[in-house]
Amino acid sequence: MSKNIGKIVGVNGNLLKVEFENPVIQNEVAYACVGGGDLKLKSEVIRIRGNTAELQVFEDTVGLKVGDPVEFTGNLLSVELGPGLLTQVFDGLQNPLPALAEECGFFLQRGTYLDPLPRDTQWAYTPTAKVGDTVIAGDTLGTVPEGLFTHRIMVPFNLRGKWTIDSLKEAGEYTVTEVIATLKDNKGNTRDCQLMQVWPVKMPIKCYSERLRPTESMATKQRIVDTFFPVAKGGTYCIPGPFGAGKTVLQQVTSRHAEVDVVIIAACGERAGEVVETLREFPELTDPRTGKSLMERTMIICNTSSMPVAAREASVYTGVTLAEYYRQMGLDVLLLADSTSRWAQALREMSGRLEEIPGEEAFPAYLESVIASFYERGGVVRLNDGSIGSVTIGGTVSPAGGNFEEPVTQATLKVVGAFHGLSRARSDARRYPAIDPLDSWSKYPSVVDEDEVAKARQVLRDGGEVNQMMKVVGEEGTSIDDFILYMKSEYIDNTYLQQNAFIEADAATSVERQNYVFDKLLKVLDTKMKFSDKGQCRSFFQKLTQTCKDWNGTEFQSDEFKNIEEQMTKALAEVSDYAE
Amino acid sequence: MQNKVYHRIEQITGNVIVVKADNVINGELAQVDSAQGVSLAQVIRLEKENVYLQVFAGGRGVGTDAKVRFLGRTMQVPFSENLLGRVFTGSGEPRDKGPKITENMIEIGGPSVNPAKRIIPRNMVRTGIPMIDVFNTLVESQKLPIFSVAGEPYNELLAQIALQAEVDVIILGGMGLKHDDYLYFRDKLDESGALSRTVMFVHTASDPTVECLLVPDVSLAVAEKYALEDKRVLVLLTDMTNFADSMKEVAITMEQIPSNRGYPGDLYSQLAARYEKAVDFEGSGSITVLAVTTMPGDDVTHPVPDNTGYITEGQFYLKNGRIEPFGSLSRLKQQVNSRTRDDHRIIMDTMIQLYASYKETLEKQSMGFRMSDWDSKLLKYGEQFEDSMMNITVNTPLEEALDNGWKIMADCFEPAETGIASKYTDKYWPKG
Repeated sequence: MSKNIGKIVGVNGNLLKVEFENPVIQNEVAYACVGGGDLKLKSEVIRIRGNTAELQVFEDTVGLKVGDPVEFTGNLLSVELGPGLLTQVFDGLQNPLPALAEECGFFLQRGTYLDPLPRDTQWAYTPTAKVGDTVIAGDTLGTVPEGLFTHRIMVPFNLRGKWTIDSLKEAGEYTVTEVIATLKDNKGNTRDCQLMQVWPVKMPIKCYSERLRPTESMATKQRIVDTFFPVAKGGTYCIPGPFGAGKTVLQQVTSRHAEVDVVIIAACGERAGEVVETLREFPELTDPRTGKSLMERTMIICNTSSMPVAAREASVYTGVTLAEYYRQMGLDVLLLADSTSRWAQALREMSGRLEEIPGEEAFPAYLESVIASFYERGGVVRLNDGSIGSVTIGGTVSPAGGNFEEPVTQATLKVVGAFHGLSRARSDARRYPAIDPLDSWSKYPSVVDEDEVAKARQVLRDGGEVNQMMKVVGEEGTSIDDFILYMKSEYIDNTYLQQNAFIEADAATSVERQNYVFDKLLKVLDTKMKFSDKGQCRSFFQKLTQTCKDWNGTEFQSDEFKNIEEQMTKALAEVSDYAE
Repeated sequence: MQNKVYHRIEQITGNVIVVKADNVINGELAQVDSAQGVSLAQVIRLEKENVYLQVFAGGRGVGTDAKVRFLGRTMQVPFSENLLGRVFTGSGEPRDKGPKITENMIEIGGPSVNPAKRIIPRNMVRTGIPMIDVFNTLVESQKLPIFSVAGEPYNELLAQIALQAEVDVIILGGMGLKHDDYLYFRDKLDESGALSRTVMFVHTASDPTVECLLVPDVSLAVAEKYALEDKRVLVLLTDMTNFADSMKEVAITMEQIPSNRGYPGDLYSQLAARYEKAVDFEGSGSITVLAVTTMPGDDVTHPVPDNTGYITEGQFYLKNGRIEPFGSLSRLKQQVNSRTRDDHRIIMDTMIQLYASYKETLEKQSMGFRMSDWDSKLLKYGEQFEDSMMNITVNTPLEEALDNGWKIMADCFEPAETGIASKYTDKYWPKG
């Protein structure tokens, strides 16, 4: 087959206009050849008009000129799926960054594309299917061990209908490109299968028998999240917040402590420094669940803000496709996208160059449907073999000016199951995580008893109202009962909602401990208290808060833990009012 | 063929001219020769045989018969030791009386650093200003803006940090600077003897807009070269809002669809491409970026400070001549403040929390409520805090500032009232 070649007729930023003669496909990948030479820049067809195709280039377009050739590939933008993905660091187009650094040094040279999966690694493959078996797309042919997991080698997801296994390689060592099985359908077509397969990123993988409702909670070990605004396995949630409110820190602690099998971090248009922290620290940190390095369950897709914009758009899709792939193995996968606003901005930039009629704040009119279809790729599914896998998606949103009324936040809120709104007021007061306890919501079940959570929430709300009132009428105009209520709400906030990410014991609170501590907290809330004046009340709560903070800093059920607990019980008994 | 001269200008809008030419590459430089003199111009768009050029000296005075000669290369600046102590314009021409430097030309706006080659920042940059060192530590390779409004002493603060911080090379990029401010920087650096390790790229308010756009790229390209030679470089940019405004001007001329208050949709990406040049190279030097962003109308939700805040690793708010404790933030401080002194974080958190309570009390006081005992303590604390910790004109070492913090708290409160864990109050609370 001769190559399908077009010719550049216009260059505007990273948008190319290309004249073509042979048919081209919408969203197919093409390479623009700088000066007709060997430097080829990856691009994607995004609009076709007459015999002119418009392409977004995933690189800087300096050096291209009118008349330069463009090679069309006929393939959609795709990622490679197979063993060897875990622990990797990719850019938005699945280029392995460490390998790229070896090849090019400090800087990202444009036009250099490497194989995402190493071609020379040998994997110990064991077949599980038999010759003659009837299989459909997504069925398991065999397995290879990949770090912590048994990596399933599956029938290519893009096969339609029923196929029969014609031949199957024996157990042994294979590279990702070697053929390990041949399939045949009833029309006599044959198809070779390798350890690796390729899938277009913008299409969801749908090889499962049914989608289930997310009900099981996914512990993040953040008290305010798990108890008050929980996330379910297979659920979706968003974290909007102004800059400096702690979105990324919250994502980072979640990526460390979340109780899932695989974590994919998609750093999309954010700071490189933040990715570097993860990159350098994860290999040294141990995952308490497995005792192995945290990196063994992690993949990083990294398209930082200074990297080309078009690749930023691709990066969230790359992330979610990898997540779906591991879900197909019956694993629970968490995708953390930081930040979806940058991705939306990438859409806006392209839309502007295409001179489309803009919607609100110049975002394209299709913004909502694009966001919705992205979050819809999360979910719990029952696979064909009956096992359950899930993709949980957590996306941060960076609203302009911290105003949640803007289009990206609003479009996201419509489709997610939990909303963790970060507030500037809380982060200014150094109350971390700065999730607003009154504005946020979740539709998923809590790890502690729902009725009790409702009780605590009521205290928070009432205490907040008292606080508002006090600002108008002053402390002297407030009754002692209201004042106690206010102090109780502050107590919940200081000792339960806030969590110190830098103290080891406090950084992650297990579900068991959350239940235990929350019980204790409720006892304080339920206690009727008696004080001679507000000063005494304030100093009692200050002392109790301090003790409880010390308590949070101790190992669960250690001697010190029990010690402090006793102190607190005693202190509480002293102020209890047994009058009624 | 490269030096073919084109005579016919098809269109002139603002600073952008269009000529019909072939074989022109995107980003190429050209020389425009018109009645007003000779200026460089850069190709910003190709549309069939039409070539759009941005003229550095501006479109004013360019005739339809101006000569356009393409140079066959993209924008470059010289890089050598001879740059130190010199002042240049945005397009790399000498602004002082020194000779033009043409040796060792380097490309500007080069590719981004591979994240896999970055390292976690680990060195604190001591500035001697307690509001920075104690509460929002500056870290090598950090990018940090100073949010301020016109009239605040931001350039003075920038100069003071430059003089007190320990770095090898200082690069000052001035955008839309008042001529007085440019002279202020030059004299201040000269007085302290720092000029010999400084390179200045200055665009003043009266220079052509397009040159303003080049200043950050030129400054950072030079900084990058120094950093690769194992130098610790501090880049000072003032004022990035002028840079953004120039970008807006050009975008509107090019009939791009504006997104927010007239700024182009790629404002975030454009700013990020510059700020992200801040880096600590594995096995080599580093670039730290401090940039002034003035907020029109003191509005932090204005697109420029807003987008900047999402890019940079924190921000300093300069207001009423003080660095505001609320809103000011150094995201990288956690990397270094665990290794200074074990009470650093405690002091940092507690003093700010107490200061927040002080502000609430002030509010109550202004509404005429009776002050409780606790309120009076807070009032006393707040005043002391503002007087000694918030002063930005001092040069106090970190340790001294921390001791000072304990002293202030002991003067105003009982240990338990501060909410500090007992093991620290036992150790540090001043006795007697």
